[in-house]
Amino acid sequence: MTTATAPQAGDHHEAGTPMTVTTERPTAAAPAAARPARVRPRGERGPLGTALLHGALVLASLIALFPVVYIGFVSLGPGEMDYLHPGDIFGKASLANYSKVLGDTDFFSWFGNSVIVAGGTTVVGVLVAASTGYAVSRMRFPGHRQLMWTLLLTQMFPIAVLIVPMYTILASLQLLDSYLGLILVYSGTTVPYCAWLLKGYFDTIPVEIDEAGRVDGLSPFGTFWRLIMPLARPGLAVAAFYSFLTAWAEVAFASTFMLSSGKYTLAVGLQTFVSEHDHQWNLMAAAAVLIALPAALVFYLVQRHLVTGLTAGAAKS
Amino acid sequence: MAVAVQGATGKGSRGREPRPGFVQRLRISYSKYWYAYAMIAPVVIVLGVLVGYPLVQGVYYTLTDANSLNVGRQIGVNHIPDSFRFVGFDNYADVLWGPGSYERFWSHFVWTVAWTAICVCLHYSIGLGLALLLNQKLRGRGVYRMLLILPWAVPTFVTVFSWRLMLADGGAINGILGTLGLPEPAWLSEPLAQKAAAIIVNTWVGVPFMMISLLGGLQSIPGELYEAAEMDGASAWQQFRYVTLPGLRNVSSTVVLLGVIWTFNQFAVIFLLFGAGAPDAQILVTWAYRLGFGQMPRDYAQSATYGVLLLSILIVFTSFYRRWLARTEQANG
Repeated sequence: MTTATAPQAGDHHEAGTPMTVTTERPTAAAPAAARPARVRPRGERGPLGTALLHGALVLASLIALFPVVYIGFVSLGPGEMDYLHPGDIFGKASLANYSKVLGDTDFFSWFGNSVIVAGGTTVVGVLVAASTGYAVSRMRFPGHRQLMWTLLLTQMFPIAVLIVPMYTILASLQLLDSYLGLILVYSGTTVPYCAWLLKGYFDTIPVEIDEAGRVDGLSPFGTFWRLIMPLARPGLAVAAFYSFLTAWAEVAFASTFMLSSGKYTLAVGLQTFVSEHDHQWNLMAAAAVLIALPAALVFYLVQRHLVTGLTAGAAKS
Repeated sequence: MAVAVQGATGKGSRGREPRPGFVQRLRISYSKYWYAYAMIAPVVIVLGVLVGYPLVQGVYYTLTDANSLNVGRQIGVNHIPDSFRFVGFDNYADVLWGPGSYERFWSHFVWTVAWTAICVCLHYSIGLGLALLLNQKLRGRGVYRMLLILPWAVPTFVTVFSWRLMLADGGAINGILGTLGLPEPAWLSEPLAQKAAAIIVNTWVGVPFMMISLLGGLQSIPGELYEAAEMDGASAWQQFRYVTLPGLRNVSSTVVLLGVIWTFNQFAVIFLLFGAGAPDAQILVTWAYRLGFGQMPRDYAQSATYGVLLLSILIVFTSFYRRWLARTEQANG
């Protein structure tokens, strides 16, 4: 089924998507020309239009899903080289790789480490980004422009090049091989984007709310914490999603800064399956699926908020 | 960074009355803005220590011949001091017009620019197309939306790993191409196919962010504008050109800027897809990483020089981009 539709996905997608604008609108415009008095002709669509629309979206969804499904499928093949002949997996699919990863490796301690680091990054990152975003959104203090510019600037610096100096700094602060060190490094990379995002979100919350809070005797911190933070939940959810994913999936820093195998995060532990003399691709695939699951869960929890949260952020900044 | 904030403090208070002394101005601004400064202090400290300071040190390294043999280090209890020399701008000269600079820098530079332009165009156009589709009234919209954002939720190294298996000789992609009777390129070993593979994977990774941001932007365009346009007899294309695109202006300018910055510095996709191979498909970031970490002795000075050049390219681009935005904004009224 998948193999039957995926080929069309390939050639339809490139040509189809940019053209959707033109394929879509004419059907909508036709009734408009015939009956200009109709209030919402845009919602009207012939059966052909609807079929095309669903077709394009199904195709796009297949392309989006295929690599994810594929790795899940490969993870079922028990042999190390099964990925080379995915067709053979059908006959002998089993969960052996999963039980091996869960039972015979340090998966659970890596998992715990990843939860601590990603959770810590999310909490620290979102709180710091929220207070920064709020300050920039509401207070016209001298230097706020320079601050936003600096935040954008930190996004530009290729992080790969910062690793060496960061390593020396963490070493001198005694933060190597510690959760806090990694959390701070990750916060440094996620906060700038989250602060931009949240600044945009705070901009959409009416200033009158802050003023009302002040009149009731709240301090600026109190207004921020008790009134604005609860209102900004969609924005916070997106920022949390972004921070969590960044920390959960990061490889380069984690492998450089976490030295003892007891402190490995999942992303680092994963690499131990494939070394120079050992190619356990099947275990790697299973572990990869297990790593993707919590990320998918977080995603499921926040996906309702994604559109509103990102919109406000991007639309206003 | 702290310097920038401090420096601006002096200028900030506009003298309505005779200008007070510097110390007093500081005190006034402190009592007026201390809340703001307290709220941004954590970010300034974290970024100052973990980005600002390394940046300064990196810039300093570019002026020396530092590598892993002559930088001070700790071996057991013995501390070996720094022994690298100050060489001025030799590193920059060497990278930009030294012998073999085309193979070492300019070829990667051209590819990086092409890579960024192609990827961002694909991200934006596919993202916009999908956002327009998702913005239609139709059944199952929420499900489609969720499925289409999924690539974003899966950690990059997992998806790149999956793509590697799919793109391998005899992998799923070539299997499909083979059954269709199309040529089966060696995605992971031929230079041109490597580049195409990198672009395909990065497009797949980056579209969901664009799509969701643009979808949000579409939803914030008031429906009355379309009604008005229809009343004026605007065609579908005209509506798209004169209502949708201007309505998306703010969102577009932000996501395109971020997209360019992120794609330009996209490390994970190329690094994980090809590892140490594929010298032709390396963009400047992965090339700089290789100079600094992927060889012995590690050439810190060259790697940092690449870093500073990358940063300057992006800063120049951003300031031109913003100026261009401001100009078109004025032109459009």
